[in-house]
Amino acid sequence: MKSARAANFTRSFLVNGILALVVILWLIPVIGLLVSSFRERFDIQTSPWWGVLPHRDWVETKTINPRELGLDANGPMTVEGITATFEEFRIGVEDGDKRLIWIGNRRLGTVQVQEKKWTTTANLNLENYRQVLQGTDVEIKHADGTLETVRGDDFSSALLNSLTVAVPSTVIPILIAAFAAYGFAWMSFPGKRFWFAMVVALLVVPLQIALVPVLRDFAGLHLNGTFLGIWLAHTGFGLPLATFLLYSYIRALPRETLESAFIDGASHFTIFTRLILPLSVPALASIAIFQFLWVWNDYLVALIILGSDPKTRVVTMKLAAIVGDRGQDWHLLTSGAFMSMIVPLLVFFLLQRYFVRGLLAGSVKG
Amino acid sequence: MTTPQQTAKRQQPAGNAIARILRFGLTVLILLIAFSGLYLGFLFLREGDRPKWIMALAAIVWGVGGVALLYYLFNSLVELLPVRWTTRLQPFVFVGPGIALLIWFLALPALRTLYISLFGRNGPPSLSLTMLLAAPGEYFAALSTQFVGWNNFIAVFTDRLMLGALRNNILFWIGIATPLTVIAGLLIAVLADRSNFERAAKSIIFMPMAISFVGASVIWNFIYEVNAPGSPQIGLLNAVVVALGGQPHGWTNYTAISPWNNLFLVIIVVWLQTGFAMVLLSAAIKGIPEEILEAARVDGATEIQLFFRIMIPYLMATIIAVTTTIIIFTLKIFDVVWVMTGGQFGTDVIATQFYRQSFINRNSGFGSAIAIILLVAVTPVMVYNLRRLKDQEAFR
Repeated sequence: MKSARAANFTRSFLVNGILALVVILWLIPVIGLLVSSFRERFDIQTSPWWGVLPHRDWVETKTINPRELGLDANGPMTVEGITATFEEFRIGVEDGDKRLIWIGNRRLGTVQVQEKKWTTTANLNLENYRQVLQGTDVEIKHADGTLETVRGDDFSSALLNSLTVAVPSTVIPILIAAFAAYGFAWMSFPGKRFWFAMVVALLVVPLQIALVPVLRDFAGLHLNGTFLGIWLAHTGFGLPLATFLLYSYIRALPRETLESAFIDGASHFTIFTRLILPLSVPALASIAIFQFLWVWNDYLVALIILGSDPKTRVVTMKLAAIVGDRGQDWHLLTSGAFMSMIVPLLVFFLLQRYFVRGLLAGSVKG
Repeated sequence: MTTPQQTAKRQQPAGNAIARILRFGLTVLILLIAFSGLYLGFLFLREGDRPKWIMALAAIVWGVGGVALLYYLFNSLVELLPVRWTTRLQPFVFVGPGIALLIWFLALPALRTLYISLFGRNGPPSLSLTMLLAAPGEYFAALSTQFVGWNNFIAVFTDRLMLGALRNNILFWIGIATPLTVIAGLLIAVLADRSNFERAAKSIIFMPMAISFVGASVIWNFIYEVNAPGSPQIGLLNAVVVALGGQPHGWTNYTAISPWNNLFLVIIVVWLQTGFAMVLLSAAIKGIPEEILEAARVDGATEIQLFFRIMIPYLMATIIAVTTTIIIFTLKIFDVVWVMTGGQFGTDVIATQFYRQSFINRNSGFGSAIAIILLVAVTPVMVYNLRRLKDQEAFR
């Protein structure tokens, strides 16, 4: 009995241990981004982000000017009891807990005395976020107290654009899909089976197929680069899944409720708005979260229909533009990426239950 | 479904036909006013220069409110008609807009793309009625000079870059990324099921699903970041490699190991999509009857046997569904590749080729042929879905 319990304990320890390891592995990329977004531009580029954790590293204790000691950098020198040439000092000479390193060039440089100590490079502030969010010039305060004026990256307006794109692109297709789903479930009209088969067939159609013709139509209608254009596009591309899922849900509602409402003289419209929509809230919520995340995170459709006009540019476009133009500006990329993630992450963690339910209901999207 | 409504209408007092016509006229008027109001709103949104947040709010209200208003008004209009016409037309008010949008944005474009794919660079000459009537000969002459038949499709399967893209999609995205995602999802689901912190663990593995591909590209670019050898590595991967005595590399652009540098893009997508596989498989695992597992344990089955002999067969339907979804998804993979490498260093995929040909090289014929290839690739799934729909209808 005792050995069985011990085996059980080992197994549970192993399961929890491996899972914990996997979870940490999954989190590290995001933590690295988050931590870096609060660090100074210079720090990000010269020291790794995990340096904010306490670690043992060489820390400067004093600086010696070799010329004051009358040393000749062209031959072997003795500093603090260590003798070495310039080239060796340049790389750093270690002696137990002490390290001497030459900083700067041969003629004007100084020698730094370093000791190995527990240290952190934690120097965190919100300056990156100020720079990335604001649209006007921003005064950035550096750790050493100096001020620098830089051009802001105007993420706040990109965030507003994303919201302007995402909210109607979520509500409109769901409204249209709900009407259609009700029609398919509770009304009779010629060609119903054919039209519903079309909805099902279009579930997996890749949206790439539509981009060239739609772009041509939009050019004719002057809808390129407008919010209305991208709402329509997202509505069209999101409709098959939303209609299909809502149809399955609405058809499964108890038939008696509806029939008694008809007998009471209610019209289809009244039944739909007063009865079906309230009853469908769980399904509507799951689909809404799905569609919202998909639209907010979309890059391809925005790239083709909205383009890079700052008036309508969404966060994914803005972020991708910084990756392309200034891929080394990690202080902007990290804070910008986090700003682009914060809305979907909030939606995700607050409404995860509905999201999972929507996933389980049906998950094939074109 | 029609009779109850007819009863409802019959209850109205007779003799108010004139009133009904008046109300009908009024509704038409309101509809016209609504249309012009919405159009004015559109102009305001296009030209307006109010503060950004006011414009955003106005756009949201205009878009969402406008759609709701149009449904309401069209329905009122139809309900004012004689009962026979109401029952006949109301389904179209409900279903019509959805079907119209589906036709405009998906069904028709599929056919139009197929048509465009049979033409050269500039696609078929744009069809204008005046030209067709005035000079039909010229139109058809232009049409036939642009017509290239199946040449674009031949090019798709012979072009060097396109072949590389097809190889990457098949070998790396379908062949490696998909099974890796499903297996990781399955293992994590099984582990989580037996752990003491299932909800928290699943939540975190699932979290990347909320992150955009562009955001994920930034995250992983940072992990793959490379500094000159000798200076401190700020990218996690290179820091580990250097600590183990290796040489730092840019990984995604490490052409010496080409095509295996694709694996560094694959990792990103596995990180993003494992949560999806895990959630679906985890729900299926919960559906395995505990008695079966218990009985097998009593019979002396080991956990490994349990996993392969009972769980896997039980989960097979879900595994196939998840695999299919991820294959469809990886077939269209675009954002990650485009943002990470732009398709350079031998990482091109079908969707990046499609984008480059259609929108950068402006070769719409070739681009459309690529899109058709994508459509053909998902056709088996489409047929399967339709067949299942037919089966379900047979039971009703």
